[in-house]
Amino acid sequence: MAAPAQPVAITGAEELEAGHSLWQDAWLRLRKNKLAVGGGVFILVLALASFLSPLIAPHSYDTQNLALGATSPSGQHWLGTDDLGRDLLSRILYGGRISLSVGLAATLVAVVIGVLYGTISGYFGGRVDVLMMRIVDILFSLPFIIFVILLMVIYGRNIYLLFLAIGAVEWLDMSRIVRGQVLSLKKQEFIEAAQALGLRRRRIILRHMIPNVLGIVIIYGTLIVPRVMLTEAFLSFLGFGVQPPMSSWGTLISEGARSMEEFPWLLIFPGLAFSSTLFSLNFVGDGLRDALDVRASKD
Amino acid sequence: MQRLCYALCLLALTLHAGCGRRETRVEYGNREQILFKGNGAEPAELDPQIVTGVTEHHTIMAFLEGLVTEDPVDLHPVPGVAERWDVSEDGRVYTFHLRKDAKWSNGDPVTAQDFWESYRRILTPTLASEYAYMHFVVTNAEAFNQGRITDFDQVGYKVLGDHTFQIRLASPTPYFLSLLNHTSWFPVHLPTVRKHGLPYVRGNKWTRPGHHVGNGPFVLDEWRVNTVIVAKKSPTYWGRDTVRLNEIRFYPIDSADTEERAFRSGQLHVTETLPLSKIEVYRNRQPEVLRVDPYLGVYFYRLNVTKPPLNDKRVRQALSAAMDRTALVEKVARGGQRPAYHFTPPGTAGYYSRAKVSGDLAAARKLLAEAGYPEGKGFPKVELLFNTSEAHRAIAEAIQQMWKVNLGVEVQLVNQEWKVYLDSQHALNYQICRAAWIADYVDPNSFLDMFLTGGGNNDTGWSNAEYDGLIAAASREAHPAKRMEIFQRAEALLLDEMPVIPIYFYTRVNLRRPEAKGWHPNILDSHPYKYVYLEDSPGGTKASATAGTGH
Amino acid sequence: MLRFIAKRLLETIPVLLIVATLTFFMMKLAPGGPFDTDKATTPEIKAQLEAQYGLNQPVHEQYFNYLGQLVRGDLGPSFKYAGWSVGELLWSAFPVSLELGCYALAIALTVGTLAGIVASLRKNTVTDYVPMMFATLGICLPTFVTGPLLIMVFGIMLGWFNPSGWDFASDRVLPAITLGLYYTAYVARLSRAGMLEVFNQDYIRTARAKGVSKWRIIWRHSLRGGLLSVVTFIGPAIAGLVTGSLVVETIFHIPGLGRFFVMAGFNRDYTMVMGTVLFYATLIILMNLLVDIVQVWLNPKLRFE
Repeated sequence: MAAPAQPVAITGAEELEAGHSLWQDAWLRLRKNKLAVGGGVFILVLALASFLSPLIAPHSYDTQNLALGATSPSGQHWLGTDDLGRDLLSRILYGGRISLSVGLAATLVAVVIGVLYGTISGYFGGRVDVLMMRIVDILFSLPFIIFVILLMVIYGRNIYLLFLAIGAVEWLDMSRIVRGQVLSLKKQEFIEAAQALGLRRRRIILRHMIPNVLGIVIIYGTLIVPRVMLTEAFLSFLGFGVQPPMSSWGTLISEGARSMEEFPWLLIFPGLAFSSTLFSLNFVGDGLRDALDVRASKD
Repeated sequence: MQRLCYALCLLALTLHAGCGRRETRVEYGNREQILFKGNGAEPAELDPQIVTGVTEHHTIMAFLEGLVTEDPVDLHPVPGVAERWDVSEDGRVYTFHLRKDAKWSNGDPVTAQDFWESYRRILTPTLASEYAYMHFVVTNAEAFNQGRITDFDQVGYKVLGDHTFQIRLASPTPYFLSLLNHTSWFPVHLPTVRKHGLPYVRGNKWTRPGHHVGNGPFVLDEWRVNTVIVAKKSPTYWGRDTVRLNEIRFYPIDSADTEERAFRSGQLHVTETLPLSKIEVYRNRQPEVLRVDPYLGVYFYRLNVTKPPLNDKRVRQALSAAMDRTALVEKVARGGQRPAYHFTPPGTAGYYSRAKVSGDLAAARKLLAEAGYPEGKGFPKVELLFNTSEAHRAIAEAIQQMWKVNLGVEVQLVNQEWKVYLDSQHALNYQICRAAWIADYVDPNSFLDMFLTGGGNNDTGWSNAEYDGLIAAASREAHPAKRMEIFQRAEALLLDEMPVIPIYFYTRVNLRRPEAKGWHPNILDSHPYKYVYLEDSPGGTKASATAGTGH
Repeated sequence: MLRFIAKRLLETIPVLLIVATLTFFMMKLAPGGPFDTDKATTPEIKAQLEAQYGLNQPVHEQYFNYLGQLVRGDLGPSFKYAGWSVGELLWSAFPVSLELGCYALAIALTVGTLAGIVASLRKNTVTDYVPMMFATLGICLPTFVTGPLLIMVFGIMLGWFNPSGWDFASDRVLPAITLGLYYTAYVARLSRAGMLEVFNQDYIRTARAKGVSKWRIIWRHSLRGGLLSVVTFIGPAIAGLVTGSLVVETIFHIPGLGRFFVMAGFNRDYTMVMGTVLFYATLIILMNLLVDIVQVWLNPKLRFE
């Protein structure tokens, strides 16, 4: 990367300018997509409600009423109570803080690492590719449970490590998918043309490769979110995630599933929060994919 | 919402009745005397000298029989391979007279030599049997196991003839005969063991179907890992004429929910357990299959007495008194458990602790204030550790709330995966820690000797010379009533010092079809299969249920 | 191509060695050992146990002993299931998981790709929304919810299937659907996105402009590019599928491999952890190799490098 300073600066400026119009176009197109906008607004509202839960939740998430026990929805407790008599709505709202932040942060970690890693591996090919992909094979194979137990023993319970632990596992699939796409893109005329024109690698990767894999990346990214949220519940099981009495959607769902015949509301409402978020996310993802689809706009 | 569920169930039932129903597995079993039993987990092994778990015990009971067995109703020792026995005056020498018709499943007679060889195997250090210590009541058994003596003839087992076997104890042990029902006292057929590998190390293949030779009422017919273990009625067992079951199938179903669904659809006669949330449902709708029986175990919290603030006895007592055990049992645990105000379950070999922990909330607040934390002010951050499980979590959450409300004390809950939790507990790397103890034999000693100074299961850092002295005195005492008095004093001391907070006494909660007869509730949850049979009473399940509660 | 495969197979040796080494030392660092229980035995007996399994030797010696054993094709005895060897347990459970995995895979691939293609053909219409709604639902419903739900309806209420067991052909249906649904959802969404991507490529546009029939375009031209990401995803997914799923095996009481994979870690069954990890690593490597071959086959412009 020992390149003269000036051309780099120029390239950067060009990128910025071109990027501006690309993203602006996409934004305009996205805004026209009602489903995507609706989904986005829904997630924002939900996120806001979750993060303001200490202010708006009708009850505390941990105040028990043992005499009450599990009751179905009522005027007092809109979504019912769990077996210790705690208000489910409040627990879902508080749980949203954990689940939404884990879901988005860990996914972001996974996407960023996965896309960069996959693109580099695919684009450079040869020995670099072999080495990078074998590393992925190795990471795929390591036992997750032991990895997590070790992390916990070494670093103690820590919510940021939680993001990292999940992100560290979920980027593997992403990197292989991106690499696959890049391998096939590399042989397409426009990339070969760009290479023939002597464009810099960085520029080719950033301007031509990544935008072209974004569609798949977004779709796969939205698929990672639910996995991440449920993995969080599993990590809580290992003692790594949230500690009781705090809960997350993942833990609420897995607990609710155990008594779904007797107290169905304990599964249905957390499940609704979880799936409506994912539906909205998928609408946004689809909208984003369409909006970023450069060639489709030429129609 | 629940009403909707009922409606759907009703609809399903009607539909069900409409189409000519298949015979369920249970109905087939009733006809053929085949018991289908949920067995909890896959047995780690079927070698009685290597296994450690309850599941293994319940399985091996079908294949092997010790010198004595237990009465299915009250567990008193009844003749097994030994048809009678004499005890010396000082209570230290037991002479067993073996029945002449006891046979191994390959036709060989069961002899005193077999027992001698078996006990030599379990005590041989290379086998590394984890329950070898059950034999340590016998003269020199511990020394042989630890390699301090190598001549097995010095150990207190003696063959006095083909059918006479003598055991000499190191000290009078009133519960000795009840020990003999533990798997570690079952005989193994050494010629078979030798045939399928090295006899004195692990990894021997003699327990495989086709290889296995036993002396119990059933023989091993099939063992498919994580699928089923099939036991068939033994043609050589001495009491074969009284055995009524033709076959037992053990299903290692480890999920309580899966097991309950299997039971509900007629795949099992007996389950190992029942999910917490289902107890109420069965209590209301099918009480005749729900079984809630006392069990010889205690659920308690260990307190690490080596670190502040729990090194202060007053704090420990305050925490204990601020627990509403009745609410915990009735609203949280919900399995018919009994609140524990002392440590040894009531009625353990006729022992009832007179000492009890206090439930006086005002006194608790006062104790806490005296310790320097009036209304919980200035109470340091304390963590409550439990191993991950829905039930332990619920109990911990409820107790956390009780301490917060009643004492103003905030504790933080921490769950750990099982092995990490065990490690933390044993290394005293905790402050408060959930624990449980299920007895191996029916005697207060099984509970109270745990807290000897430096005991392997003490795990609290607590050490008290007076307590150690009392437990030692009890083991020397031959007079039963005097011995119990010593335990009374030891338990009173334990409850006052309070290195542990007892919470509740266990129950066994499971489901059992009313057709399964001869299966009696008892505190060890031990049900010798030779007494069990299946009988479809006329008049449907309701009628048989009333008959069933009769025994 | 043969040279490519041979080269990749050679590469598996160092990869497996690294995996084995990392796993071995990670495992030893994890707190708790295979023989820790809530009823502590005497220190002497614990020492006897450790001696029996060679755990009293220095860690590096244990490591080299294990590797030596591995080279002879011996995975050692299971610590938890004292009467069985790791090899015996894995080989007895693998056919079950392989069978279940294949059914689930078949469901995922046929239903998933069909739904994805149908959805991509008429973007933003009912035939797009409906399959995609189901796909999203499939992702939202974890197997520990779908499994019990299916049992409740088809096993208990309707009585069509046994709620647990793996004895009859009919016992395969519900677990296969439970496991398959989850992957179907992934395949459907990925194939839809892939197809949409391809439809805008120049060569498809050219074909369309030339008046090539729609189905011919889909069949001959689009599928190859469109299913690329599905293929990449499905490689490691197959390795996961045929090694079983603890959740599904537990819900339906199936004697599969998934249980060993998860429980080995919890039990600190050292030899079993090593066995399962190496087994999985081998599968992952083979599957990713297969994916790389299929990728070249899907895109003739690529070459084996």
